[in-house]
Amino acid sequence: MAYVRSIEHADIVHRCFRCGYCKFPSDYVDFNCPSHKAFGWDTFSSGGRMWLIRAWLSGEIETSPRFAQILFSCVACGNCEAQCVYPRFKDFLLNIFEETKSELVDEGKIPPTVRDYFKAITVNGNPYKLPQDKRGEWSEGMGIEEFSGQEYLFYVGCVGSYDEVGREMARSVGKLLKDLGVSFGILGAEETCDGNEVKVLGEKGLFTALAEENIIKFKAKGVKKIVTLDPHALNVFRREYPKLGGAFQVRHYTEVVADAIGGGRTSFGPLKTRVTYHDPCYLGRRNLIFEPPREVLRAVPGLDLVEMRRWAVDSFCCGGGGGNFFTDVIGTGEQSPARVRVREALETGAEVLAVACPQCAKMLVDGVKAEGIEDRLEVMDIAQLLSRAGLA
Amino acid sequence: MKDILRSLVDILGERGVSNAAEELWFYARDPGVLEAHFPDYVVAPETTEQVRQVVRLANEEKIPIVPMGNGMALTGLVIPLKGGIVMDMKRMNRILEVNEKARYAVVEGGTSQGALKAYLQDHHPQLRHSLPDAPPTTTIAANVSLHGQGRLTQQYGFNSDMVTGLEVVLPTGEVCKIGSPSLGPYWFSKGPTLPDLSGLFLGWLGTTGIFTKVGLKLYPNKKIRDVEIFVTDRVDLVPDIIYKLTHLEMLEDINAWFQPRPLMFKDNYHITMYFTGDTEEEVEFKRKMIWDSLEEFIVTKDGGFMGVGYMKPMLLEMPQRGIAAFADVPRGGGFEYSGPITLIEHYPDYALKVMELAEKYEVIYSSAARVVSGGHSMMFSISFAFNRADAAMMERVKKALDEATEFALEKGGIPWKPNYKEQRMTLEKLDPNTLKLLQMVKRNLDPNGIMNPGNWEVS
Repeated sequence: MAYVRSIEHADIVHRCFRCGYCKFPSDYVDFNCPSHKAFGWDTFSSGGRMWLIRAWLSGEIETSPRFAQILFSCVACGNCEAQCVYPRFKDFLLNIFEETKSELVDEGKIPPTVRDYFKAITVNGNPYKLPQDKRGEWSEGMGIEEFSGQEYLFYVGCVGSYDEVGREMARSVGKLLKDLGVSFGILGAEETCDGNEVKVLGEKGLFTALAEENIIKFKAKGVKKIVTLDPHALNVFRREYPKLGGAFQVRHYTEVVADAIGGGRTSFGPLKTRVTYHDPCYLGRRNLIFEPPREVLRAVPGLDLVEMRRWAVDSFCCGGGGGNFFTDVIGTGEQSPARVRVREALETGAEVLAVACPQCAKMLVDGVKAEGIEDRLEVMDIAQLLSRAGLA
Repeated sequence: MKDILRSLVDILGERGVSNAAEELWFYARDPGVLEAHFPDYVVAPETTEQVRQVVRLANEEKIPIVPMGNGMALTGLVIPLKGGIVMDMKRMNRILEVNEKARYAVVEGGTSQGALKAYLQDHHPQLRHSLPDAPPTTTIAANVSLHGQGRLTQQYGFNSDMVTGLEVVLPTGEVCKIGSPSLGPYWFSKGPTLPDLSGLFLGWLGTTGIFTKVGLKLYPNKKIRDVEIFVTDRVDLVPDIIYKLTHLEMLEDINAWFQPRPLMFKDNYHITMYFTGDTEEEVEFKRKMIWDSLEEFIVTKDGGFMGVGYMKPMLLEMPQRGIAAFADVPRGGGFEYSGPITLIEHYPDYALKVMELAEKYEVIYSSAARVVSGGHSMMFSISFAFNRADAAMMERVKKALDEATEFALEKGGIPWKPNYKEQRMTLEKLDPNTLKLLQMVKRNLDPNGIMNPGNWEVS
């Protein structure tokens, strides 16, 4: 029996002209669509996807592994949404991609790595297939309290809880927040996946279950404010949880740190180094938080902050968005986004590539290794950099 | 029989070849109204050598091959009318050289207009190229291969006139340099004082070879750009107004446009004038000269300057994003235009024809004419927007465009980037000996007829 295909925004898919503005940053310096850059075919750009979705909806092409690869390699970085020239259409580009992925999920025709990701979340509650009671291990010996009504819940997320690079970052941020006197607690082993990637990958049911569980838990514990380690968590808490009744005040740790040190309330020791900052898509382009991370970096005496050619709204994704951090549908190779991005960072003459997202951190660390430039460029989270500078 | 896919993979690697249903579907069409034709393979070379090897293979096996930039000509020039191989050139996107003092750039055959603009801004801010108002993904090679225009066309002619040298892979697989680069390392002249062989390729829409490198003239990038718009409700005066303006020899670009929406533009003809300078004094002097030149039309109350105001940032933007936005007027993601090159004195006839066609076929129109080479001719665009989900509307647009081309040919105009049907109409009208000459060129360069077949099919 033929599968009946429909998506919520099917009636506007044909409005894409495939003019290609969506492939570029605002000044056209290079292709800024990561999957297009990685694969090199127009089909892997936003316009290509949109036209293929139209063909797929009308039955001109069938669901196939290639079609799934084209959709799931999208990193949901939002460059297309920022650059599309069609108002009242551009706002729905990412929805259309997500809705189509959701249909493939329903059809059961998704890449194996996406399937494995969903299974791991369902069975283990995290993509690493590690025990739940190890979630809080990153904080051991730090004297960080469980959440019990402090001003903020510090939400760490799956990568900060289980990944080696992420845990190091969680520890740095946790220590920094403590040093700055921020009132916060963590959920530790009680924390569960935020569901951002689950949603972007199209598993609506699983996402709703995760989000509702979190919302109930947060409310039961009296959480009003959340500070996140991961911009992906910030995104889903800010933009999706309110639709399910979970309205919390959500901030990224760089915002909280910027506030805490603002007006010279805290000063850091000197650190003579040249740093370039990589805007995480879910912090920058998707939630318009560009300045706080830079404000924090500029507060370090001697730190020379230089921008990459593509930054802020024009920033180039590390390739980890849209679930690709876990599923790697976008793949590796010379034109993989992380490798392209670290080469761009190197061009600035920076010694440190600063990040504010555990997923970006891991992706770019791997990019540096793949490029063989470990001796020339160090990837560091902002909190780690501040720790190196030290409180004055 | 040779395994073509295997041979292509041997040349380009797995990443450079696809015959997946998704790529074949996508590369079978462009954003215009013409019907799709499926290729058998899509390839994306990264070097001239790869292009050469693919073309040699195609020639040996008599497989059609269609070079493609971004496919934004809108007239189906990259649709593989007879199947075969579509060659997406966009991975060959390096800017190879900018000679600052001689004011030229050398770029690979898939370099986008946007990338060159950004590169010049970063590294040679005193230089610019003639940027079209097409989206920035369009490529420089594709633009010159169809005699495209740009922001400097009023001053310096078609963008193809600005070519300073070519590297072309011939249909038989030889790599051929055209102009000064055939004699040495410099790319300053496409022809003179040699016989200008660039004419064997420019305007041929990829039917005589594939451009792998293009040398392009660059021009001074003045510090200040400004814009004025003169408005009249008398279409018959537009040629006179343009004549006055071109006499000044001061304007970067002149566009005469009219459109029914928004209503504030309806029934008026707008002449947009761009001018530049390195100082405020220079700009103000030019502004005064422009105003003085058109004073007589103001005195007779036949026209006046309109306040540019809020439109200024949009007008000065390069390329103008608003042009692509025309596609969304019927909320349908498409427009296509016929753009004959013609005499400016015929402007009123063309303008009336646009409105007649729009009414007859019930389609939404917009028209912008760009002055070419100081007024020797103009490109008169007859644009119709359509809703891609409305097949009947697309059919009406197709008919309106066909009729527009018939009209242009009757008026002695030359269709610009004509689709295959318009090419046939043109060839039928062509002087027999000119046609014979075209046949001689095509047969000699492409004996097996593999290059973009169905286009400029003179045999």
